[in-house]
Amino acid sequence: MQKAVPQKVVNYRKPSVGRTILQNRTLILMCLPAILFFLVFSYLPMPGAYIAFTNFQYDKGIFASPFVGLKNFQFLFSSGQLGLLLKNTVLYNLAFILVGNFLQLTFAILLNEIACKGYKKTAQSLMFLPYFISDVLVSLLVYNLINYDYGFISNLVRSVGSEMPKVYQNANAWPFIIVLVHLWKSTGYGTVVYFAAITGMDSSMMEAAQIDGANAWQRICHITLPTLKPTVIILFLFAIGGILKGNFGLFYNLVGNNSMLFKTTDIIETYVYRSMMNSFNFSQSSAVGLFQSVVGFFIVLGANAFVKHLDPDYALF
Amino acid sequence: MTVKARIPDHIMRTSRIKKDKTQITINIVTYILVTIFCIMCILPFWMIIASSFASEDSIRRTGFTLWPTEVSTYSYELLFRSPDQMLGAYAVTIGLTLVGTLIGLFIVSMTGYALQRRDFPYRNGIMFYIYFTSLFSAGLVPFYLLIVQYLNLRDSYFAILLPLLMSPWLIVLMKNFVKAIPHEITESGKIDGAGDFRIFYSLVLPNLKPALATIGLFLALSYWNEWYYSSLFLTTKVTYRPLQYHLYNVINKVASLKNSVAGSNVVIKDLPGETLKMATAVIATGPIILLYPFVQKYFVAGLTVGAVKG
Repeated sequence: MQKAVPQKVVNYRKPSVGRTILQNRTLILMCLPAILFFLVFSYLPMPGAYIAFTNFQYDKGIFASPFVGLKNFQFLFSSGQLGLLLKNTVLYNLAFILVGNFLQLTFAILLNEIACKGYKKTAQSLMFLPYFISDVLVSLLVYNLINYDYGFISNLVRSVGSEMPKVYQNANAWPFIIVLVHLWKSTGYGTVVYFAAITGMDSSMMEAAQIDGANAWQRICHITLPTLKPTVIILFLFAIGGILKGNFGLFYNLVGNNSMLFKTTDIIETYVYRSMMNSFNFSQSSAVGLFQSVVGFFIVLGANAFVKHLDPDYALF
Repeated sequence: MTVKARIPDHIMRTSRIKKDKTQITINIVTYILVTIFCIMCILPFWMIIASSFASEDSIRRTGFTLWPTEVSTYSYELLFRSPDQMLGAYAVTIGLTLVGTLIGLFIVSMTGYALQRRDFPYRNGIMFYIYFTSLFSAGLVPFYLLIVQYLNLRDSYFAILLPLLMSPWLIVLMKNFVKAIPHEITESGKIDGAGDFRIFYSLVLPNLKPALATIGLFLALSYWNEWYYSSLFLTTKVTYRPLQYHLYNVINKVASLKNSVAGSNVVIKDLPGETLKMATAVIATGPIILLYPFVQKYFVAGLTVGAVKG
């Protein structure tokens, strides 16, 4: 610690807090609706996380319910439930991130190689379309394709003479289905992001390489990819930061309450939702949610620290 | 333009002579892969439309097909004969989308502007206060109890309208948009003696049109596609549900209805369960798909500004 700078040297007086507030009252007022919003919907529920340490009784409310310490967590750990949820959530997210980024990057680079503007535009629009629709509709699209009795793909499989497995009863099929559906829905979105990053690149290097006789493949490998590297790494790290956050809408609409599939499809969000809405087990549901929040928080901090280390400009805070 | 074109023209001519083979290969691969993926992206939509116009019997016989083997508009007729539910759902969704988007847009842009003002001493503190909520949350259960037990919003449309009004991400996105507006505009407003709100409302907001379009669309989409908060907070007491939640119920109700009458052929025959689902989906999603080509570019603009550094 440096010795405090003598007050006399600093010539101006720092305005008092009251004065600063008064001077900035309009700007503060402009932020007030947002401040209130997050206060009510995000900060007010936070003390309610106490529920995870109680045996919650609905009529008594949160803070009058009997305190049970870590019992809810102990149960979730020892029953293996939490382990399964963590495993599913993390593995699905890893698959989404790795395969997803690979596809998005590939499509973005490929699209950039095409000269025909009309094709580029149309392709982007079509790829982006699935992002627009609700997960409810997605579940119907999937049902339309793989439903055992009437599904389009089921019929195709049958028409070539093989037997279609009863997909909605077969847990092992779902990791593939869910990953495919997720990719279907999100690849266009990610492609547009990477494509924007590519078109924002300095084109002089590209032109120079072209004049020097680099072929298209060499240009991709030695210019496009290295230029994109920071963006990719940073998006990847932030994705890792959210590795405990599941895509509830997709999973819940595809799987719903079909307990035959839970072994391979249950993620933290769906468990939390079901144990609250269907079995009214508020305490356990809350314990899983709190575990996710706390561990997830530290993972984000870690990822952010890593990004900050690589490039402080990109760090979130 | 002409000057610029003349120089590369010479280079282009030579390069066209020895056009590199990898470029051709890459182009062919691209056209094939991208086209296949694009077809995969729209095929399921087509399947839904085609299935909605098929007769229930033909679906029983041949399943869902690319082209209806037997055209029928029976399920649409059923839906239009008792349009009450559908119209109610439309009214609720359109109302929520309009009100939510307008209010959300106003608050998000106002906050985004204030937080981007360099002379606002509390901007970092407030930003952190907002951003922190996306890093740590209490989880679903306390939120649910807050809405249901403390705010008493069960079965109220406010339980859907309010939570979707804004998100930290949208505020950050708006901040990035505001950043592109020269600070001199604010300065000139100050010199002319305008208050901060006046500067925002009359000087900054008119320059924010692309941002408003983008963020408004993100908001509108989240309201239009909303089914999650409805499933949490709207019980059977509510007559009219938002569109996507209505669709959710139709999909799952028909399934449960079919399960409950499995074995007795009577009721199944009367109810074109499969095509009814598809027709409901077409009616519920149609407008947003029709709107899509016109609004798509704003989304792309939003992603470019917000996604990489968000």
